[in-house]
Amino acid sequence: MTEQSLGVATGLETFKIEWCRVVGRVKETPDTYTIRVRPRRRGEIAFEPGQFNMIYAYGVGEVPISISGALPTEGMLEYTVRGVGPVTRAIASARIGSRLGLRGPFGRGWPLREAEGQDIIIVGGGIGLAPLRPAIQYIINNRGKYGKFYILYGARTPADLLYKGDLRVWRGRLDIQLLVTVDRGDEKWRGYVGVVTTLFKYIRLEPNSTYAFVCGPEIMMKFTVQELRNQGLPDERIFISMERNMKCGVGLCWRCQFGPVFVCKDGPVFSLSEISNFFERREM
Amino acid sequence: MEESAGQNSHYFLDSLLIDKLISALRGLGYSVIGPVVREDTIVYDEIESASQLPVGVKDKQGPGYYRLEKRGDEAFFGFVVGPFSWKKFLYPPRVKLLTVAKNGEVSIHNVDEGKKMAFLGVRACELAAISIFDRVMLGGPYVDPVYSAMRRNIFIIAVNCTEPGENCFCLSTGTGPEVSSGYDISLTEVVSDDAHYFVAKVGSSRGKSLLEHIGARGATSEEISEAAVRMERSHTLFRKKLDTDGLKDLLYKNLESPVYEEIAEKCLACANCTLVCPTCFCTTVEEVTGLSGDAAERWRRWDSCFNIDFSYIHGGPIRSSILSRYRQWFTHKFATWVDQFGVMGCVGCGRCITWCPVGIDVTEVAAKIRQREVEVSAT
Ligand SMILES: Cc1cc2nc3c(=O)[nH]c(=O)nc-3n(C[C@H](O)[C@H](O)[C@H](O)COP(=O)(O)OP(=O)(O)OC[C@H]3O[C@@H](n4cnc5c(N)ncnc54)[C@H](O)[C@@H]3O)c2cc1C
Ligand code: SF4
Ligand code: FES
Repeated sequence: MTEQSLGVATGLETFKIEWCRVVGRVKETPDTYTIRVRPRRRGEIAFEPGQFNMIYAYGVGEVPISISGALPTEGMLEYTVRGVGPVTRAIASARIGSRLGLRGPFGRGWPLREAEGQDIIIVGGGIGLAPLRPAIQYIINNRGKYGKFYILYGARTPADLLYKGDLRVWRGRLDIQLLVTVDRGDEKWRGYVGVVTTLFKYIRLEPNSTYAFVCGPEIMMKFTVQELRNQGLPDERIFISMERNMKCGVGLCWRCQFGPVFVCKDGPVFSLSEISNFFERREM
Repeated sequence: MEESAGQNSHYFLDSLLIDKLISALRGLGYSVIGPVVREDTIVYDEIESASQLPVGVKDKQGPGYYRLEKRGDEAFFGFVVGPFSWKKFLYPPRVKLLTVAKNGEVSIHNVDEGKKMAFLGVRACELAAISIFDRVMLGGPYVDPVYSAMRRNIFIIAVNCTEPGENCFCLSTGTGPEVSSGYDISLTEVVSDDAHYFVAKVGSSRGKSLLEHIGARGATSEEISEAAVRMERSHTLFRKKLDTDGLKDLLYKNLESPVYEEIAEKCLACANCTLVCPTCFCTTVEEVTGLSGDAAERWRRWDSCFNIDFSYIHGGPIRSSILSRYRQWFTHKFATWVDQFGVMGCVGCGRCITWCPVGIDVTEVAAKIRQREVEVSAT
């Protein structure tokens, strides 16, 4: 599931959607659902962690959504969708048995191969944990290939935490150091309180042998990058997943440009060194 | 283009033969598209004869200014470029991509395969724009199917510019005023007190057969040199310049240049510049549902990085200020494009200067940024 192959499409099939069936639905938070779909063809579940699909809801539209998990033996893919507008609401509320259109998967994911033999730190903010989850799963499945493994995760409130079941499992493993924080706790919350970057004071990274994978709101990524740099990580080993408006997913509509790169076909995952002249500026 | 023995690749055409050229192309099944005057503007449209060309017309252009005038001669191509470019034929403003029936049936819209079009009067800058399109749309990894279908059957008759317009700066961008490749036939128009003819140069074998088919004779060396003199003179007539030396790095270093603030105070974000630009091709896709509700259509249409929802993501547009949108467009044309496709996205046609309602001039913007270069460190 790691080798990416971008075929050369020549017909209008570039824009053609393939139907999949919604076969499961989990409420993560009041506005976020993880939906499970089964594509018509088995081959369509091959993907690289960090890649996204264009998901189409009939009569509403099509938007980019990261693959947040896979169940290869059952031929299923998972997406975690926050209903923030017409299309994401339609996807998040798609009933079991209904149809959604898929194109992709598209883009370049996390550099899991390149990072073999190294320590890994994963930092997620809010729904930004979604594209990181398949990478976490992959590392767990190939645990021997990596060194120390940190997961830092922050959400606004305890109710906004995604994948509560996964968090429990990850926390239970001795070979993962999981730190979870919320901006605002509630009466039951016993964990850390504060933005995700406050967790960095509890860890000490090995700057020469650590890869960082980061996804979350842009402002959270900016501060996280600062912390990682403070701990001595070079930009070449800090990877972030960018978000831009996308209409085609394949480098043809030009909407997803970020400086010289196209988020859809060159990313969405970039090393900081590839985009540092643009990353820290406003309104790029 | 390989320059084979003079008389074999250069032909002589008079105005009657231009007419014959048009009918011959029509006879071969091409719709011939060329410049015509519509509502005091030169646009490209289907023509049947040379008499429909803007004979004896000149276009006076300036920042935010465009007027047609009489030339006082009978020149066929005595103007430069109008607001439209060939992109509207190769990359239509609206295309239906898919129809999705309620029962799940997806039908792909068939692109007009095999529609044969002959473009008459393509300028050097426009050819450069088409070659950029080729690179972008056909260069992969994904190929644009619409463009690729439209592009397949195009016959190109280019015209060398003997009189660049007030806003032309193709000499600076290295894309004109003469065409260098990518055409079937190129024409250089010679107008003098006692003569009016065209020296045609062959760019492809089908161009050559067409010229022979209409009975054009080889051009004499005098005729060829008359044409050459006019092109040499053309180089001296440019009024606008763009200093492209190190331009990409200059713009990368000056992303926070105060010049953008000045421009943002004038810019209306009307998107005219992107509409008239022959290399702008950003699109959006819209979902259209009929009243009956039993099918949805996916339409692609031209969009512009000046529109606020272009950069919309949940929570608001990434580029909400006009400054950021102007900078996006400007740095794309002159800097990031080079990293993306190995060439600049500007071909020096000057349309964005002419059709900007407030007369913003890209060559001046670039010059000002150079002048006011400020070091802004990235970190
Ligand atoms: C690579 C990538 C991965 C993503 N992964 C996820 C994910 O896993 N889960 C998740 O919930 N969200 C994800 N998003 C964000 C998601 O695509 C947007 O929230 C969604 O497009 C919003 O559309 P909407 O119609 O629901 O909402 P609104 O915000 O109301 O949008 C209104 C209109 O704006 C357009 N629009 C807004 N944002 C985008 C966008 N990014 N691209 C294209 N059009 C847009 C749409 O056409 C939409 O119809 C991802 C975005 C990107 C670029
Ligand atoms: S920019 Fe150059 S090639 Fe284009 S119309 Fe002007 S002179 Fe001709
Ligand atoms: S989404 Fe269309 S170019 Fe990237």
